[in-house]
Amino acid sequence: MSLVVKNITKCFSDFAALNDVSFQAEPGEFLALLGPSGSGKTTLLRLLAGLDQPDTGSVEFDGADYLKLSARDRRIGMVFQSYALFRHMTVAQNIAFGLNVRPAKERPSKAEIAATVQRLLKLIQLEDLGKRYPSQLSGGQRQRVALARALAISPRMLLLDEPFGALDALVRKDLRRWLRKIHDETGVTTIFVTHDQEEALDLADRVVVLKDGQIEQIGKPLELYRHPQSAFVFEFLGTSNEVPATVSDGVASFDGFTAPAVSPKALSGAQTVRFRPFDAQLSPTGPGFEAKVLSLLPAGSSLRLELQTPDGKVFETQHAHESEASDLKLGDTVFVRPSKVYVF
Amino acid sequence: MTTDATRDAGAPPFVTEGYKPPKATHKARVLPGFRLSLGITITYLSLIVLIPLAALLARPWEHGLDGVWQAISDPRVVASLRLTFGTAFAAAVVNLFAGLVVAWVLTRYEFPGKSLLDALVDLPFALPTAVAGVSLCSMYAANGWIGSLFAPLGIKIAYTPLGIFVALIFVGLPFIVRSVQPVLAEFDAEVEEAAQTLGASPMQTAIRVILPSLLPALLTGFSLAFARAVGEYGSVIFIAGNMPFVSEITPLLIVIKLEEFDYAGAAAVAVAMLALSFLSLLVINGIQLLLSKRGRA
Amino acid sequence: MKVRAPEAPKSFPAFVLLAFAVLWMALVILLPLVNVLAEAFKQGVAPYLSSIVQPDALSAIRLTLLVAAIAVPLNAVFGIAAAWCFTRFDFPLKGLLLSILDLPFTISPVISGIVWVLLFGAHGWFGAFLQANDIKIIYALPGLVIATILVTLPFVARELIPLMQDQGTDEEIAAVTLGASGWDVFFRVTLPNIKWALTYGVLLCTARAMGEFGAVSVVSGHIRGLTNTLPLHIEVLYNEYDSVGAFAAATLLAGLALVTLVLKSLLEWRFADELAAHRRH
Repeated sequence: MSLVVKNITKCFSDFAALNDVSFQAEPGEFLALLGPSGSGKTTLLRLLAGLDQPDTGSVEFDGADYLKLSARDRRIGMVFQSYALFRHMTVAQNIAFGLNVRPAKERPSKAEIAATVQRLLKLIQLEDLGKRYPSQLSGGQRQRVALARALAISPRMLLLDEPFGALDALVRKDLRRWLRKIHDETGVTTIFVTHDQEEALDLADRVVVLKDGQIEQIGKPLELYRHPQSAFVFEFLGTSNEVPATVSDGVASFDGFTAPAVSPKALSGAQTVRFRPFDAQLSPTGPGFEAKVLSLLPAGSSLRLELQTPDGKVFETQHAHESEASDLKLGDTVFVRPSKVYVF
Repeated sequence: MTTDATRDAGAPPFVTEGYKPPKATHKARVLPGFRLSLGITITYLSLIVLIPLAALLARPWEHGLDGVWQAISDPRVVASLRLTFGTAFAAAVVNLFAGLVVAWVLTRYEFPGKSLLDALVDLPFALPTAVAGVSLCSMYAANGWIGSLFAPLGIKIAYTPLGIFVALIFVGLPFIVRSVQPVLAEFDAEVEEAAQTLGASPMQTAIRVILPSLLPALLTGFSLAFARAVGEYGSVIFIAGNMPFVSEITPLLIVIKLEEFDYAGAAAVAVAMLALSFLSLLVINGIQLLLSKRGRA
Repeated sequence: MKVRAPEAPKSFPAFVLLAFAVLWMALVILLPLVNVLAEAFKQGVAPYLSSIVQPDALSAIRLTLLVAAIAVPLNAVFGIAAAWCFTRFDFPLKGLLLSILDLPFTISPVISGIVWVLLFGAHGWFGAFLQANDIKIIYALPGLVIATILVTLPFVARELIPLMQDQGTDEEIAAVTLGASGWDVFFRVTLPNIKWALTYGVLLCTARAMGEFGAVSVVSGHIRGLTNTLPLHIEVLYNEYDSVGAFAAATLLAGLALVTLVLKSLLEWRFADELAAHRRH
């Protein structure tokens, strides 16, 4: 185990930013801290970097107590949300900084530092831009320089705070794949913070979902998606529709029809159940919930529908372009029937 | 080698080779230097500002409350306070208008020599007060460049309260201009355009839309110019004439008392002047607060 | 947000405003400066030069430079320390300390002078002690220096604080995570980012230190050749009706003011981004 976080609690005045948080990271793992704003994910990252101190709990790295080390001594590569590049230094000087400030005894020679900078510039594919200043770079380029600067110190762990937060959608996707590649090449244990579930699921080996300073669930992306443990995780990972139902023995019964129910806590009786847009079937006659078509929108490879029941409830459903939904028009009446529901 | 940046085939990842954990230290603050910088700040401020000011505040009481009252209710002192605060206020009011026009011209118009005019605004900041003092005095004296124009009309400027007023106008101008200028430069053009689309004339836009949003900055500039004018010494004493009851400003009276070794009296007048000017600033700040509560700040 | 670009004046009111501004600046601000030169050279170049090389004038110049050379570095170091502590940390009573820092800007220079007399003058708190030990502060160099320090104390700090507040701590914290020591953080990251604002603050501080009149006039005692700085030298000569001498000395200080203005404009023009946005003097 390279990183072991145990029972961390951190309060700011009266507000508990983190409440009894524990998790572990394997060597070389790529871990995402996912949560809405205010969930404590950035606070957690700062604690790991040594930029804040927890009130209680422990952080161990390779068996050593990390909390006793100052931020300077932890040798953690931190990539800040704002990148925090040194604006008066060139790209190359930025990358070399962490090596240049080492005590004379540990400092590599000038030639070694220059070689490392070259290697890293090549790694981030900015070989020709070493002499530029940060202000002369695009957002994506700055991000890569920040990463190279963090990697230059041979970090024991890499921490990234909303690494793609300040970039536009197109650059984001590109950099995401690139970051994964860099991680696979360098093998550094990496933890990154994000509020974007798609990003977390796309990139990470495992995802830690945080809510109000507590861990809701930890798991591999597919595991989280297929087996959410709470309504929060279910809703945070995608669009959700809610309906009341009677649940027993893994089956949810509605007015005139049933659907298989997934219930991690094995609940039964009258419950609110949830279903995904793509776990919905439409039929012209029923059984199902009667609803009118409010809107029809193309959503990439599928068709997205908004449906309103007579009592005002709105469902969002998703279907293949070539399906029963493709012939519908605004105002048509259809019957919605969930094919699989979740109970929390 | 600790600097291996790419992963060699088969070799372990480039992490932490040669990393020896240093001796454990626990630091609550990430950035260093808190105690050192706070220590320097507090020591320096205490030695240079607080202790001397304490000496000033402690001094007047050696002849009791009566002594203080006698010192500050002396008609000569009262006359000087009235003169000092009156001329400072009048000069700040004039500068309010002149400064606003200069700031407006500097931000709204493009014209040759503009950057020179802009740099010139700071001249009263940069010109040592004694230089301004002697120059203003010789200009406004009866045989000076400007004084000679007014002398035939029977108007004396130098060696009268009018001279003090003129000197304080010189001193105070940059405060207003430099307070208003950035706000005016940052004024959202779309707000102005909105007013125009709603049918406002340029004049109406200026007076009803732009001016109100400048009020807080104008007041800031006013209070700075006023505070500076109240305490002004160098540029005033030459032109003032320093006639007791007529053209003797309070700072000069303090110096006179000090030279007569009346330390308690000098300190009493100084404290009175300080108190009055802080009171004025408090009133101005209060007005500013009221304005900002109305959503204009 | 869109900001309106300045344009050439077109309407009649615009020309009136422009004319007023130019005339006002010429009459109220520029004329006194021109007058200094006119008065100094009233009787030609020779009397001007001879009054500048008078021993008293030369010693006043030396003293002025000496006082500034002591006061400015001290205030610069203080300004950096204060800006670091005010912008990098939170602590109780910070607001109070900040208002104390601003005091020298709001109190009269005369008061900045007499406080020292009340402490170290013949009848001051430490007057008897100083006399007994034959230490001279008032009417001597130390008095001139401390009075100048008090008057010019906020210049550097006030220039640095808004800038360092704006710049934030991101870069410094990044440097710490990269293993930089405290001095490394300061000299390699902070100082390069504030160097122009520091230069600017030092420039204003120096100009004021050399030109200060009120505060030093109180503590100087006007001993010719000994405790007269250049501004005090002007006063003495002017009061003795040596107009050419006074204005000759004044041209030196006016020259200093012009150099300051030029450097200041140069800094503002060249390094606008690296100077604080809002200034107070």
